Formats: sequence, structure tokens, C-alpha cells
Amino acid sequence: MLSFASLIARNSFRSRRRSLLTVLSTGICFCMMGVLMAMYSLFFQAEPPPDQALRLIVRNRISFANPIPVSYVSKIKAVPGVREVMIQQWFGGTYKDSRISGNNFPRFAIEPSKLFALHPEYAISRGDVERFLRLRDSCILGRTLAMRLGMKLGDRVTLLGDIFPARLNLVVAGFYESAVDDDALYFHNQYLKESLRKDPDFAIMLMVLVEDRDSVGPVARRIDELFRNSTAQTKTESERTFRLNFLSYVGNVKLFLFTLCALLAGTVLLVATNSITMSVRERAQEVGIMKALGFAPNTVLYLIVGEAMCLGAIGGLVGLCGAQVMIAGMRTLPAAMVSLASLSLSPGVMAITLLLAGACGFCAALPVAWRSSRRSIIECLRQAD
Amino acid sequence: MRIPLSYNLRNLRVRRITTLMTALAAALSVLVLVAVLALEAGLRKSFEVSAGPKHLLLMRSGSTSELVSLITRQNFQDIRSRDGIARDTRGQPLASLEMLTVVTIGLPDGGEMNVNLRGMSAAGWEMRPQLRLISGRNFEAGAREIVVGQAIAEKCPAARVGGSLQFGDTAWTVVGIVSDEQSAFNSEIFGDLNQVSSEYRRFDLLSSVLIESESDDLAPLAQSLREDRRLNLSVESEKDYYERQMAAAIPVRFMGTIVALVMALGGSCAAMNTMYTAITRRSAEIGVLRVLGFSRGSVLLSFLVESVLISLLGGVIGCLLALPLSRFETAIGSFNTWSQVSFHLRVTPEILLTGLGFAAVIGAVGGFLPARSAAKRELIGALRAR
Repeated sequence: MLSFASLIARNSFRSRRRSLLTVLSTGICFCMMGVLMAMYSLFFQAEPPPDQALRLIVRNRISFANPIPVSYVSKIKAVPGVREVMIQQWFGGTYKDSRISGNNFPRFAIEPSKLFALHPEYAISRGDVERFLRLRDSCILGRTLAMRLGMKLGDRVTLLGDIFPARLNLVVAGFYESAVDDDALYFHNQYLKESLRKDPDFAIMLMVLVEDRDSVGPVARRIDELFRNSTAQTKTESERTFRLNFLSYVGNVKLFLFTLCALLAGTVLLVATNSITMSVRERAQEVGIMKALGFAPNTVLYLIVGEAMCLGAIGGLVGLCGAQVMIAGMRTLPAAMVSLASLSLSPGVMAITLLLAGACGFCAALPVAWRSSRRSIIECLRQAD
Repeated sequence: MRIPLSYNLRNLRVRRITTLMTALAAALSVLVLVAVLALEAGLRKSFEVSAGPKHLLLMRSGSTSELVSLITRQNFQDIRSRDGIARDTRGQPLASLEMLTVVTIGLPDGGEMNVNLRGMSAAGWEMRPQLRLISGRNFEAGAREIVVGQAIAEKCPAARVGGSLQFGDTAWTVVGIVSDEQSAFNSEIFGDLNQVSSEYRRFDLLSSVLIESESDDLAPLAQSLREDRRLNLSVESEKDYYERQMAAAIPVRFMGTIVALVMALGGSCAAMNTMYTAITRRSAEIGVLRVLGFSRGSVLLSFLVESVLISLLGGVIGCLLALPLSRFETAIGSFNTWSQVSFHLRVTPEILLTGLGFAAVIGAVGGFLPARSAAKRELIGALRAR
């Protein structure tokens, strides 16, 4: 058996240029597939980190465009199972030129004293926190966002409001890091109120921290029940669901990713079939000689299929290496509600990619291997080239 | 002297399977590229036909979309009385005060769809002559009635004539369905301005004003409105406003183009593979061609042409596969308006040509190195091979 393995390995590289090109072209496709599948698993499969799992978002049932009264904060605070409620005011507005998509990051007016209780996962230095709490016109940014905008400590950020008619001049007090989102800007809700010279009595959304994992569902139901008969009915969902809903606005992301993966797999299949067909045709006489020496047809079949699977697997490995590099680069891209900061190749995705690579090799080789192994010795030997 | 094209064509026919496999690999990447372009063209078309050529959209200064803009009725009266606004047959200025908000509609499959609800009055209809009622009637002023865009009615059974939709406290009766082929208004819901604004307790704070300029040059009117500090308006032609919404297509275009390029690279490698093998097998033939007096240049050209022919065949297949895409309708969401716009993909002749050009490039890139190596062969060596 071992000798077969070495025979397969040698055959795989008998035409170095062809093998290299095949591995390269399939590798590129597997690289892209790896990235797409990593995105899919990040969006739709990954378990929320434990801290995020405890957060709920409350908004108006009708839509984002309809706010909820601020008076709901104290009512929600009294719901059993709720530990903390914070106003999370979606400020919207524009930063510099809104036509540059990198400038359209989420920015929230929040209550700084509560922010870090709600987001225990935020890694931020003590000095930054103190500065942020002390200066009422300060803001903090996610590290990724700050790098993208080239922000340094003490820089000024000017935001022009649209929902809130205010021009805010904020000073950068610090940076936080987080795997869930480090693509947002937070500033004092108090400062927003002062800039407006009046208290907005509504909030676009509220963030709720619950006691423990088990109370997530019950608390969400209790909150919605509480306001069922009021003027502004609420919709309460986990932060993760909320972000995914936002993602679904963009379109059918699942179908989009799936279609692209399928087309990439199709390309790999075609490239591999082409390559193995050429390789087998070149070798017709050799197959004839092997058969004449007494090799069983099935052995010939295994050898050819094995060769294709070997090349496929190498392509898969090359692709995974490429995907790893690409993903590292993608982590700093602007997020579309679901941050790409925690994008990674999970063992599951790697296994699927390699499995697909093997399967593509197998499917590509089977028809031609079958035909070649079933031909008579004479026919094989007689083939001109 | 050129080597005749029939030489290449015959060769391709003899190596049918390899030719087809290589062509199909190119076809798939052309398909992806054409699909992405068709998506973008469809969205662009839907926004283009939404905008009136002489329309100006007025929002509060600093607003990125109608959704977050606030305009008072007093402001509207001031705007309406300005010079330079076109008038209708009765001598009334063509200006429409509108309120826009987003509502969430439940779909039969349990999903949700976010669409714009637009409150407007008769002037709004008058200014959008492309909007046609295809069934039912228009909503009556003072009634909680709505008219629904066709794209919504198709997706949601409750949004058909006689049905009702629930926003906030009240159920609104659907009395009509409008369509205008392709525009973004197909994905909107329309109701009486006063009814919609009272439902949302925004009696005096509405969203935007749409006006029609008297002259074809919109700049003077826009300028005079912009300069009025009292009104504090952002003034934009409706065309520019919708042009800005095209940002919604960026993520899809970005991902799609990258995947198309990756697949093209795969396709190029496949073409290269095929051509190298072809050249190895036809070594003696190359020698003969040279003996017959064909220059190195014509050998290079001939093999390059052969490679381009393969990928062009792929391009044609890819385009044929992409043709039925124009029947597909899809929806894309905008972070600007927080709602979805439904539109048909558009496969235009230009896009198909782009696809074919893309295919030719795939073939040329893949074929160049093998063709050069064929041209470089020494005559004797080539003849002796095999």
C-alpha cells in the first residue's frame, strides 16, 4: 500500500508545471471559499461571546425610525432580571464626507458611567476610562476605527447631526478593543443634551443587561409585554439577533455567500477535471504497460483517483494558507453591523474546505479514471499520444 | 503571413473535452461578473427612473436622507411661494410636502421586510406621473387608507387590495396598488400626509419637500433656496439624491468583483495548463509550420488566438447563462434609508460586451506564456520532439 502512496505522489508531480498551475488555480478558489465560509460561520453560526449574550436591545416595534420615550428606562429597570439599562442614542449624522463609506461608522450618545458595566469585554486602559468620564465633551473609539481614521489621543472629531440638529465637537479621550465590535464611537449623552439646549425625551434604542443567560428570553418577553398597550410598543431582542437583523437589510446574505461558494466549487471541479484528463491521456501507454504487468484495473483506478485527490488536497491546503492571510487583512475592514474583528478560520471551516478539496479531486478524476482503467491493454498501448 | 484561423478551430474541435472544460471555467467567472454588473445596473435604473429631471429635493441642512430630515409646515409655505417653481394647469406651484418613515412588514415566511411609508398629498401624485394605479383606487384624504407599491404587494399577501397592514396602533386598509415598472417607489407605501403624520404625532415636523423647477437649469433655484439661512435647507436634485443611494450596492459589488477576479485567475491558470499541454503535443506541428515559412510571430499569435478563442467560447456560454438573470427580482437594503428597494436585475448589451471582454482577457493572460514558449522553440528541436 505504501508503495502505491509513493507512486501517487510521484505521479502527481511528473509534470511539474501542470501540477503547479492546477494547485495554484484551485488554491486561489479554495482560499476565497475559505474566506466566504469563515464569514458565513461568523454571521450565522458563531455563538455570541458570553458577555454579549447578556445584552438586549430595546427599540420601537414599528421600525428604527420611530423612537421610544425616555421614561421607559426606569420602567424597564424595575423588570425582574434586569441589572442595568442604558440609553444608547443612535446619533447618525455625518463625519466629514459621508460618501466615503469608511466615514459612516456607528456613533452613539451613551451614559459613560454605565457603558463599561454593560460591556465588560471592552479592553481599555484605566487612564482612558478616567479621562472619558472626566471630560464631558470627550469620546472613545474602537481601536480598529481609530486606526482607519488615523485618530490620535486628543484629536478633535466633529459630527454634524441630522436626527439631532447639533454640531458636536468631540475630543478623543481613549480607545477600546473588543472582539464583538471595535468599530463604534461613544460620547456622553449629557453632552448631546447640552448641545441641543433641550432634553430629547426619546431614545432610538436602549441597551439592557440581564442577570444571567437564562433570563435573556423571559426578560425580553416581559419588557415587550409591559408596553403592549402603550403608544410606543417595543421590540426587545438579543444584541446578536439585532445585529443580524440589520445585516439582513443588506439582502439575502446567506444565499449570496452560498451561491458564490458553489460557483467557486464549480470552477475548481472544471479546472481539476481538465488537468487530470490531460494527465491521463498523456499516460495511456503507461497504463497499458502497467496492466500488461498484471496490475488490476481497480488498482489503476485508485492510482488515478488518488493522484487527483492528492493534488486537490494540496490545493486546499494552499488555499487555507491564503485564506488565513486574507482574513488577517480583512479584520480591519469597516464593519456592516457585524464586526469582522473576530473573523477566523475555525477548525470546522478548515475541515470542510479540505473535505471539499478531496471531493472535488475525486469527482473530477472518477469518470476519466474509470474509462482509462477499463480499456483493454491493446487499446492503451496503441494510442498514439 | 498569418496562420489561418481554421487551423485553430480544427484543433479546438479535436480536443473537445479539454476545450469545453477550459471554456466553462472562464464561463463561470464571466457569469459572476455579469451578475454583479447586472445587479448594479438594475439598482441604478430603479433609482434613475425614480428621479424627475427637474425635481429638487429639499431636506433640513445636514440630513443624509429623507428619513432623518425635519421640515415644518411653515417652511413649506415659505418654499412654496418662491419664484422659479413650475406650476400645474390650475396655476398651483408644483411642490409636495412629504413625510417619510420606515415600517416593518411581516412576510408569510416569518421574515420581515423594512419599507418606506410615505405620507403625501395630491401634489405628490401629480409630480410623479410615472406612478400608475394597476388595481384598486387611490387613498382618500382623511381616511386611514394606503396604496402599496407592486413589489411589496407581490411579497406580502396582506398588502393586496382589501387587505390591511398594521403600523403602530392602527390598521391601514390597502385600497390600491401602484407600479411604475422599475422605480424605487415600487417598494414604498403611500398614505395621506395628514393621516400618516398624525399617526406618528408629527403634525408639524414632516420630512422633505419635493419641488419642480420651472427652468431646465436647476442651479439658480437651488442656490437661492440654499442661501436662505432662515430655511436652513440642504438642496439637492432628486437625481443626485438617488445617485447617493447607490452606496447600497457597494458591499455586494465589492465581494462579487473580488470573487469574479479570483475565478478569472483560476480560469487563466486552466487556460495556461491547456495551452501548455497543447503545445507539448503539437511540438512537431509547430516545427512543420515554421518549416513552411510561418514566422515566430505568427506562431505566437496563432496560439494566443487559440487561447482567446477558448475563453471567448466560455464568455459566450457565461453570457447565455446570465441572460435569464434579467427576470430575477431582488431586494437590496440601504443603511441610508433603513429600508429595502426591490428591483429587477438588468443584463444590458454593454454588460454582455464587458463580460466577453473579460473572457478575452482571461484567455490572453493564460495563453501568453505558452504561446511565447511555442514561438521560441528551435526548429530542429521542435521537429525532432516525439
